[in-house]
Amino acid sequence: MNVRSQISMVFHLDKCIGCHTCSIACKNIWTDRRGAEYMWWNNVETKPGCGYPTQWENQEKYRGGWERADGKLRLRSTGKGKVIFNIFHHPHMPSMDDYYEPWTYDYQHLFNAPEGPDQPTARPISMVTGEPIDIKAGPNWDDDLGGSPIYAENDPNLEGLTEEQKQQLSAIERLVFFYFPRICNHCLNPACVASCPSGALYKRGEDGIVLVDQNRCRAWRSCIAACPYKKVFFNWFAGKSEKCILCFPRIETGQAPACFHSCVGRIRYLGVLLYDAERIEEVAKSPDEELVEAQRSMILDPWDPEVIRAAREAGIPDAMVEAAQRSPVYKFVKQWKLALPPHIEYRTLPMLFYVPPMSPVMASREQNEAVEHVSDDLFHDIDAARVPMRFLANLFGAGHEAKVRYALRKQKAVRWYRRALTVGDVEMETAERMLREADCSPEEAEQIYRLTSLCTFAERFVIPPEHREQAIEMLEDPGEHRTTAGFGFLTGPGRAM
Amino acid sequence: MVSTASSYLDPLLFAVLPYVVFFTFFLVTIQRYRMRTFSYSSLSSQFLENRRHFWGLVPFHYGILVVLTGHVVAFLFPRELLLFNSRPIRLYILEASALIFGLLTLVGLVASVARRFEVSKIRKVTSVSDWVLFALLLVQVVSGIYVAVFHPWGSSWFAASVTPYLWSLVKMNPDFTSIAAMPLSVKLHIVNAYLVIGFMPFTRLVHVLVVPNPYLWRRPQVVRWYRRPGPSPAGKS
Ligand code: SF4
Ligand code: SF4
Repeated sequence: MNVRSQISMVFHLDKCIGCHTCSIACKNIWTDRRGAEYMWWNNVETKPGCGYPTQWENQEKYRGGWERADGKLRLRSTGKGKVIFNIFHHPHMPSMDDYYEPWTYDYQHLFNAPEGPDQPTARPISMVTGEPIDIKAGPNWDDDLGGSPIYAENDPNLEGLTEEQKQQLSAIERLVFFYFPRICNHCLNPACVASCPSGALYKRGEDGIVLVDQNRCRAWRSCIAACPYKKVFFNWFAGKSEKCILCFPRIETGQAPACFHSCVGRIRYLGVLLYDAERIEEVAKSPDEELVEAQRSMILDPWDPEVIRAAREAGIPDAMVEAAQRSPVYKFVKQWKLALPPHIEYRTLPMLFYVPPMSPVMASREQNEAVEHVSDDLFHDIDAARVPMRFLANLFGAGHEAKVRYALRKQKAVRWYRRALTVGDVEMETAERMLREADCSPEEAEQIYRLTSLCTFAERFVIPPEHREQAIEMLEDPGEHRTTAGFGFLTGPGRAM
Repeated sequence: MVSTASSYLDPLLFAVLPYVVFFTFFLVTIQRYRMRTFSYSSLSSQFLENRRHFWGLVPFHYGILVVLTGHVVAFLFPRELLLFNSRPIRLYILEASALIFGLLTLVGLVASVARRFEVSKIRKVTSVSDWVLFALLLVQVVSGIYVAVFHPWGSSWFAASVTPYLWSLVKMNPDFTSIAAMPLSVKLHIVNAYLVIGFMPFTRLVHVLVVPNPYLWRRPQVVRWYRRPGPSPAGKS
């Protein structure tokens, strides 16, 4: 056993209101720079929809992630042999057209326009060329366009759905969609890292955050094609790759990342998971239908004395283990099995997990009744819902429905149980039966309810003390730089000559 | 052939200039790597324009790599090369393929320059040093092709005359008598090559110095530890 610690995340999709506050918080801190205007390290997509960049899930086009080939794991887009051929021109790299061309408006014209018969307007100006442009796409262009024929219908997750199911997703007046906020998953088997010819991308040993060493990045662009989630971006001005850094400067000072901190729906949870690094390759090679379970099985129980001992041996500080014991992520992913990894079939082993959404599912049935009609099979409507199970399974179960169904059933049982307790329009007996059938005890239901609905800031974000100040002092003596130069970069990270 | 002007110029161009450019080359590339590592980037523009990028960059790189390899082989193994060329058929094949790859380089280069001119997004990220570099490269490739066509069998005379000259430079005892007798186009090709080398440290061309060879043998995943002393263990998965 080789225990490692990883700062991991859960997004509770049932709570996301699609307000984009998270995206704006991130943009204001990190990507409000030349060359980074088009980047959204955090973005919120409407599902069904094409996402950002357009159709990023279409790996026939982008060839992101890993594939299994004769018992081995192989990057789909590149690899030791292919790297030489891809380095001059990467055949699967998205271009700016797949995202959008950033723009601003010529506001000065409103003030400076000569007097005339018409109102002056502020024309859109490209932030790349400075010339006027016709806006053809933008960030989040298909926001709320569930049901639209150009966007929603081209969602790659619709694969395998029957015609009827597809129609039901976009039926007039019964249209359904949900939000899908995304950041880098800080994967355990990151394709971006494995693809970088320069070795510029790396995973931090202490907390698993995946970063780009920009001093080593040479713009070979492999990572951009290799990340199946399209969460490495190319700064076209600096000529360097950039990606979500999980706000590590904030985490190191005990603050939640900006998108987590600002989340209006309070859908975001952050905590430590301990895992067995020896098993990464074996787990990433599992067959599709076993992937979710295999990844869960490599997450270790932070209370197990054996694990604690191995963690100490691996040099993990006790404070980290203690944080893992209080981790909300551990509860959602491992204990309750409510949170699932996105597209685990890409085999990067993402460490951001999603609680699949159910609000629109429930609201879809029996429109005129406040409480659903109860049949013998209390969960019948989960499979008959308007967001077809298959669609969610394509997103969160590598195409297999069992784990998604389990998570939805448990969520529904918890709701009914709470309803029996507080509203009283459901028989307690029925609710308890549902809990039993959903593999949930009343105590667990209480906990799920608490952490979902009443969670405080401190319960949602359990940030371990990282003691980075000590770590850095071991490597660099600040006294050395006294009276001679500044700290850090001696020159700014400007574009090369 | 030896005019008075060239008797002054030749020592300057063939005995002094090479040392100046190599000195500049090493000084600036090393210093730039130490002080401004960040600036070591190929500054790829593929992200801004994908299609024409292919038609420019791919032929250019394959062409230039093969042609440069040819030059290096003639420099390092002149005897073997001459021996190889002693059968005319082999010489013809070698010369013809060198020319083809030279033309490939030219096609790629012209396509890249045209792309930089015509695509407004790309023009925006093209600096003065890029334009100078393009001009130098164009002169270099065109003069090279001219030499290949009008002064054929270069693979043999390079090995016989230019290689000794280059080695004399390496040995710090420049002897350019063989060069002084060369036609103007060849001289231009050599001098311009020095200019490219001298200017290279100030351009994006430094990316050739950091081609990522360790990738071929490192393990796929890279983990860096801050609390563990020692070099960052590239290759721990
Ligand atoms: S989501 Fe993409 S960028 Fe983030 S760690 Fe995984 S492969 Fe790398
Ligand atoms: S801030 Fe929270 S609720 Fe709003 S879109 Fe982002 S994740 Fe959803």
